[in-house]
Order: sequence, then structure tokens, then C-alpha cells
Amino acid sequence: MARFIVRRTLSALALIFAISVVVFGIFEVIPAYNPARAIAGRNATQTTVNEVSRKFGFNRPFWVQYANTMKLIFTGQVIDYQYDLNVVDQFKERFPATLSLVVPAGIMWLIVSIVLGSVSALRVGRVSDRALMVLAILGVSIPVFLLAEVLLYLFAFKLKIFPNTGYVTFGTSPAQWAYHLILPWISIAVLSIGFYSRVLRSNLLDMVNQDFVRTARAKGLNQGRVFRRHVLRNSLMPIVTMFGLDFATLLGGAALVTETVFNIPGVGQYEAQAIGNLDVPPILVGAMFTGFFVALFTAATDIVYALLDPRIRLSG
Amino acid sequence: MSLNPFPRSRNRGEGNPSNEDPRGDHTSEGREGVALEDQVLLKPWGQEATTAPGGDQAEQIHAIGPWSLAWRRLRRNKVALGFGCLFILLVALCFLAPVYSSDVAHIGPNQTNVTGTIKLNGKVTNVVSVDGIPIGPTLSSRYFFGADSEGRDLAVRLLYGGRTSLIIGAVATLIIIVFGTLVGLLCGFFRGPIDAILRPLMQLIWSFPPVILGVAVGTALALGGIGPIKGNSLLVPAVIIGVIYVPYLGLPIRGEVLRLGQQDFVDAARVQGMSPWRTMISEILPNAASTIIVFVPMMLAYAILLEAYLSFLGAGVQPPNSSWGTLISDGLQYIFTAPYLSLIPGAMLVLTVLSINVVGDGVRDALDPRAQLRIKT
Amino acid sequence: MAERLLDVEGLKVSFVTDEGVVQAVDGASFTLDRGEVVAIVGESGSGKSVSVMTLMGLTRGPNARFGGSARLRGEELVTATEEELEHIRGKEIAMIFQDPISSLSPVHRVGDQIIEQIRAHEDVSKAAAMDRAVDLMERVGIPRARDRARAYPHEFSGGMRQRVMIAMALSLSPSVLIADEPTTALDVTIQAQILQEVRKLREESDSGVLFVTHDLGVVADIADRVVVMYAGQIVEQGTLDEVFYDPQHPYTWGLLGSVTRMDREPPKRLPAIPGQPPSLVSPPEGCHFRPRCPHAFDRCTELPSLESRVAEAKEHLDRCWLTVAEKREKREVNGRIGLSSETVVA
Repeated sequence: MARFIVRRTLSALALIFAISVVVFGIFEVIPAYNPARAIAGRNATQTTVNEVSRKFGFNRPFWVQYANTMKLIFTGQVIDYQYDLNVVDQFKERFPATLSLVVPAGIMWLIVSIVLGSVSALRVGRVSDRALMVLAILGVSIPVFLLAEVLLYLFAFKLKIFPNTGYVTFGTSPAQWAYHLILPWISIAVLSIGFYSRVLRSNLLDMVNQDFVRTARAKGLNQGRVFRRHVLRNSLMPIVTMFGLDFATLLGGAALVTETVFNIPGVGQYEAQAIGNLDVPPILVGAMFTGFFVALFTAATDIVYALLDPRIRLSG
Repeated sequence: MSLNPFPRSRNRGEGNPSNEDPRGDHTSEGREGVALEDQVLLKPWGQEATTAPGGDQAEQIHAIGPWSLAWRRLRRNKVALGFGCLFILLVALCFLAPVYSSDVAHIGPNQTNVTGTIKLNGKVTNVVSVDGIPIGPTLSSRYFFGADSEGRDLAVRLLYGGRTSLIIGAVATLIIIVFGTLVGLLCGFFRGPIDAILRPLMQLIWSFPPVILGVAVGTALALGGIGPIKGNSLLVPAVIIGVIYVPYLGLPIRGEVLRLGQQDFVDAARVQGMSPWRTMISEILPNAASTIIVFVPMMLAYAILLEAYLSFLGAGVQPPNSSWGTLISDGLQYIFTAPYLSLIPGAMLVLTVLSINVVGDGVRDALDPRAQLRIKT
Repeated sequence: MAERLLDVEGLKVSFVTDEGVVQAVDGASFTLDRGEVVAIVGESGSGKSVSVMTLMGLTRGPNARFGGSARLRGEELVTATEEELEHIRGKEIAMIFQDPISSLSPVHRVGDQIIEQIRAHEDVSKAAAMDRAVDLMERVGIPRARDRARAYPHEFSGGMRQRVMIAMALSLSPSVLIADEPTTALDVTIQAQILQEVRKLREESDSGVLFVTHDLGVVADIADRVVVMYAGQIVEQGTLDEVFYDPQHPYTWGLLGSVTRMDREPPKRLPAIPGQPPSLVSPPEGCHFRPRCPHAFDRCTELPSLESRVAEAKEHLDRCWLTVAEKREKREVNGRIGLSSETVVA
């Protein structure tokens, strides 16, 4: 176990390192990218631009810039170009909002997917199965921004059931917090439910034909037991892996579209703004932040996998 | 088993590259179970159907290749066929955009008409009212879906935008299929240093949420382009989307090729003296073909969706071009006053992607039928 | 006469598929008594596995259609409800499958899987059930059973896994044990050990055993009676001696003729029955074996009835129009039993 942790930590660090280099490198390569001008302002004179360039070290070689930026990040001092805010502080402040958005949505979509996928598989070929699957396909065919806007239009504007946009912290009022988050939760969940329920259904159908399921029936176990103990358990494993990765990227800010549309001050919103402004520091920190969660959650799912399937032993 | 025209890949369909099934393949020598489809003699790849010595059983058994079987199954799937027709219809409409524009609506996609008027129910109405509210869907030849704030005909823009979206999607999908297959084949078959470099690269790209990656690169390239390609060329989003999704095909293909490479028929080819390239192309590729075919509609749907996301966020199609994504994005400003401006392009987009997905599912079911009819004698 | 342990009469099983209706079992009738071992023999597609799985209701599905009857001590199985079958499965009728690695759940411990069966039918504590499971495992010859019960299927060898399946099947002392090709996936030495277990079972308990196989060597080893199936029908049925020494159906001759014997010269060509089994969607008119039979004559276009044609053996049934005398003559090829001179080379 200890070897596993050490190995995973090392590969996590390698991953974060690789991400940071790649992201940093992308922006170096792009010819139109000119941070000095962006900071100095559109109408600044060339001299000002050059001064800014010198001050920030934009004319130094790639590795020097990279090392400096890394140093700033890890000492918590890195500032974004556009708004002059401390990036790490911003992430810390904004993370709870993203957490509020992603965690309940994740739990919701996982449970609903398992239920939908199971019901469909158990009723394979019948009308209920086909109907559920069409709904699921619809779920993956609607872009999140469209769904979010339509939900807002229908439920907030026309029917006035839900509030328009905005975010209330949990501390202020749990009821309001949830009330404001329901539409965003739905926006995120629909896409994933569509995807996951179909994958689960497919795995379950594969599983149902396996020989050991036939043995379980031959033992006289009732249908429910056979399904839960044998079929479902074996089918969940790939779902677990997928969930780990999706959840990790969402925590890192992949929900940026939803956060932007619903005006939720999470890390995704911050990253979206930064990307739009080609503001490198927040993008860089965001990518590394995501990388950290990805490493964490893939390690966690590997552990869960090993617990669920004894044939897999965690290699050192 | 040596000759296996349709290896069953658990990862087929929803693209789950890193999830290689740890249980491997359950084949045991002497397994007597005969799947129903094997009641007819299946033709293994590249070989003639053999009949056992001593008889022409022609009146009882006829050889059907796996592709014909799949095609027959697909033909029976009415839902998939229906949506397939819908998709073809939508594509045809979009490509007839110039005809619609000149002969039906009599207005170009970028032609503004803020001060114009049209005859509606006998009355002469402003295309854009004095308060700036444009006319809604008229369901007539002009302004069928209404006008936008500049007096442009939404229906015309919808068809032109659709063309853009579909072209970008198609080009991106082509890139994905060609490079994804190539990279997957090379990594899976030759392994070694090629795999050591390309696999982590693919995994890195694959781990980034496509939207973020796309927006970052898209924004940057939209500003200044790269090399001789201008920032607002349609190639930019197409290539970006293509490259982002290459690993989504490349990694599963790699897994499939790795698995196929361990099968006996590959050894048989090698023993026959086939060169590695030839083995890869003529033995492995056809068997991986069913996986590739399943991915085509899936990747097309992903590509069209990603283009919409990117264009919505300003990192995709740039003016003066428009796509469904830009139309939705532009229209969202008016969602409260003129909801149709964003909802109609949205509906078109969803219908198109939905059709592709349903057909894709149908293709997948046809190539790898499951559950219902597997019996063992 | 008291009701038989198992009485199958005119069992029909068909599956509706895209390609047509597959008649997997077409009117099979056989019986099983206590303490008997009945071997069901045939090639792939003969319907042998479908027949026995139908007894436990394992072939039920939206596309399956059933006919005929199968009575376990008088209780009808074909039309039994799923609930009734759940009571019977494992307790009255137990089954051992062909491939033990895929037939055991990979993620549950072996002992737990045996316990699961016991506790599905009897109200015992986990500890008590575990004791019984360990006991069973010892009985089937698994060393260090208490430790091994905590192991997972993939940690056992093939032969040991099959013993686990046998232990599991015997856990509730079923009246009928169905073994569906239990030795096919194992190598020959292990096969002998497994057969030994089955023999022990017959001696120690009262259970009847239905042994499905395509291996005549195995049949000769343990069967009391033999049922030969071809293309969904029973073509011959009788005691072991009757079928092996006085076979009445050409297909049986072909099966017997294709056994390569160690006490003779090796053949120049491996003997085989020419041709392929027929399509079960559109079987040949009349006798299903006719297209492959070198002795077919005009009457064969009429489906032969399954009846006893040998005067002294009322229970020896077959489905061939040839007279007994003709059969006894035609089956002698080069001094041994076989289908025709092409298929047996002395």
C-alpha cells in the first residue's frame, strides 16, 4: 500500500508538471499572443509595452519565465494579468461555489443514471427501455449552454418558479443556496445522466449473459438478488472509473459553461474569463488544479476497483 | 479462438480508453456454446467459406459475411433508419442554402434589412419595429423563422450556418478517423518507442476537458491564426476539434489492436511470412474496422457539439462566418424578447445531433448485437 | 409404479429469432430414476444443453417458446412459475456447468458463493453455513478447505474450480444433478478425477445424474443409460450396453466409429461423420440425419418414429426405418462399428 501511494504521488507530480509545461508552452508558440500589450492596454505606446515586458520578464527565455511563474504559483504570489488579483486566493475563494455546484449534481446524476440504466436493462426491448434510451440520447445531444438557457427561460422567466441567476452561500441560507442551485444542478446532470445510463445499460446487458449469472440463477437465488449481487456489482466498475475522471475535471473548473450562464462565482467562471482574455496565470493554475484532482481521483477509483474486484491487486 | 471476425470490445461506443477490461477474454478450448449467428457459416476475414469434406450442403447452409449480417440488422431498425432519413434531409436542406436564399427568401445571409418592410397578412409591417423588436416567424417564404435585430432572415442564416457547422464537423471527423486510426494502429502494433511517446501524449490531451482545451487554443488562434492560415478560416476550428478528439478514437483503437495482436491469426500471418505493415493493414485493420465504424457517427456528433460550444464562447467560428453555435450565442441576448432567435437554431442543432446519435446507436447495435438472442446449444 | 424422479415427455423448445424460428428441441422424451446416471450425447446444436437447461427454466426469455412436459416427482417444470422454479433450483435440481472459471462469480469468495446457495433455501446462520461449505469442499477433495474457502475463483486451478462447483451443487443434496459437459474445459487427467467424484456421488446418495457430453469415452465410463440426440431430436435411447454394443441408429454408428482406439492400428485418416448438422430453422424433411446418412433410402423422407424395434429390448428406442437385421449388417465396417467405409479406416 505504501508503495502504491508513493508511486501515485510521483506520477501525480509528473502529471502536474507535464500539464504546466504544455499549457505554458502552448501560449509561447502562438504568434498572436502578446501579454505585454494585453497588460499595457490597447492604446499604449511601444515604449510602455517594452517596459511592461521587461518588468514582467516577457523577454526572458522560456525556461526562465517558466521557473519564475512556477515559483510565484507555489509561493502563492502569482497575479493575473487582467485584473491584478492574486490567482491562488481567487481559487481558494471560488472553490466552495464550484464544490456546491458539482458535488450534489454528481451524486444526483450517479444515482439517477444507475436507476435509469438498470430499469432499461431489465426491460430491454420493451417500450419503457426504448423511451428511456431516447431520452438519454437526447440528454447527450443538447449542449449545456442551450439547456441552461432554456431552463432559465422556462422556469425563471416564464414560470417564475426558480430565481434568475446568482449564488447564495450555504452559510447565509441553506434553503436559498439549494433554491438557486437547482437549475444549475439539472443542467450539469442531464448530460451525464444521458451518457452514464447508456453505458450502464450496455454493461448490464453484457453481464446478464455471463455464465456466472446463469450459475447464480441455477442456485435458486431470486431475480433481485442475482441482479444486485452479481450483475450490478460487476457492471458498476467501469462507471466508477468514468465518474472519477468526470468529477475531477468538474472540480477543476470544467463546469465553466454552467457557472458562466448562471453567474455562479466558481473556479470555472474565473477560468472562463481568463481564457477569453488569454490571461495565462489563471489558466495555468486552473490546469494544474485540475491535474491534481485528476491524479487524486484516478488513484481513488483504482483503490475502489481493487476493493470491488479481487483479481486486481494494486501493483506497487 | 483463432478466427474471430467480431471481437467484442467492452469499450466500444462510449469511448472509454483507459478502462481496459482486466478480465481479458473468456475463451476456453472446447467451448461448445454456439451463438445463434454461428448457425450459419460465418466467413472469417479474407478467406472463403469452407464446407466440410464430403458434401455440398448448399440447400441448408449459406455463408453470410459479418458485414451483410450487420447490414440486415440495421435495415430492421426502423427508428435508426427514420432518424437517418431525418439527418440526410437536414444536411440536404443546409446544402441547398444558396438556392433557398436566392429563390425563396430573396435575401442573403448577411444582408441586413433594418428599415425594410414586408407584407404580412395583407398588412405592411416593419421587419424591425421602431422599438427594435424584430419580426417573429412568419412561416411564409420570406422570414420563415423571423428576423434578427438587423433585419436578417433567420431561416437563411440557419441554413448557411448549418452548412458551416456540418462542414466543420465533417472535416474534424475526417481528421479524427484518419489520424486516430493511424496512431492507434502504430501504437498498438509496433509498441516500443512510438507507443512510449504517443500514448502519454494522447492521454494528456484526452484528460483535458475538450471545451477548455478548445477554447484556449481556439481563442488564441482566432486572434492571429497560425502560419498562412488566417484566424477566421473555417479550418481553424475544424483542425482544433479534430486534434482534440483524436485520442478518443486513438486510445480505444490502440487497445483493440493490442488485443488483436495477441490472437492466433496474427501469428498465423507472421508465420506465413507477411511483413508487419501488411499484417497490420490486411489482418488487423479489417477486424478493428467495426470499432472504427461505430466511432464515426459518435465523433461527428461530438465534433458538431464542440463547435457549437466553441462558437458560443467566441473561440470557434469567427465573423463574418456564422454557424449554429454563433447564431445561438447571438440570439441569447434576445432570449426574453425574441426567444426564437436562439431556440430555433438550438432546435436545429439538437435535432441534427440527436439524429446522428440515434443512427450511431443503431450502427453499434447492428455490429455488436447483444442480449436478446444469444443461445447456447 | 411410483412416479419417476424425472419424467420428460415430448419436450419442445424453440426460439424466435430474426432469421426464423429455431426449433432447438423437437419432442424429446426421457426419464431419470434415483441413483441412475443418464448420459445425453450429441454434437453442438443437438439440443442436449437446451433440454437440460430448460428443466431448470434457464432458457426462459422473451423469445423462447415451450411445449411438452417435464415432471419432477410429478411436479410440472415447463409451466412452473418463476417463484416455484426458484425453490427448486439448487435444492431439488442442481447443475454443474461447463466452464468453471466463467461460471463462478469472479468477485466473490468461493466459500461465500457456496453459502449463498445454502442460505437461499435454508434458514441457517452464516457460521453454520460456512461449516457446511467447508465440509462439502473437503468431501470433494479440496485440501485445506477452511483456508481455501476464503479464496477467489481465479486462485484455483481448473480442476479445483470444478470441484467447487460440484460442492456447491451438492450442498443441498439435490435429487437431480445435471452436469453439462463438466469435463470439456478440463484436461484429461483432471477429467478422470471429476468423474470419480460423480461416481462417488452416485454411490453415496440417491440422486439421479443427467450427464450431458459429447465424449463417448466419458459415457462409457459412468453412464447407466444413454440418450443420443441429433438436431433437436432423440435418435436413440437405451442402456449403455444396448447402445454401445447393439446401436440401432446410423448416427450412433458414426459416433462410435469416430472414436479412435488405442488397441488398434492408427487410422490413415481421422474418422469423421461427413457433412454438417442441419439448420434448426429449416430442418430437412423426414429424418433429420438423412442428408448425411449413407444408408438413406426412400422411406427416410418420412420422419421415423422413436420406438423400440429390437424384440428383446423394449426400452431400447431408435429412430431409423431400417430393419434390425439390416442395421446389424450395415454397421459392420472393417470389423468394427462405423457409419460407412469412408469414415472408418481400420
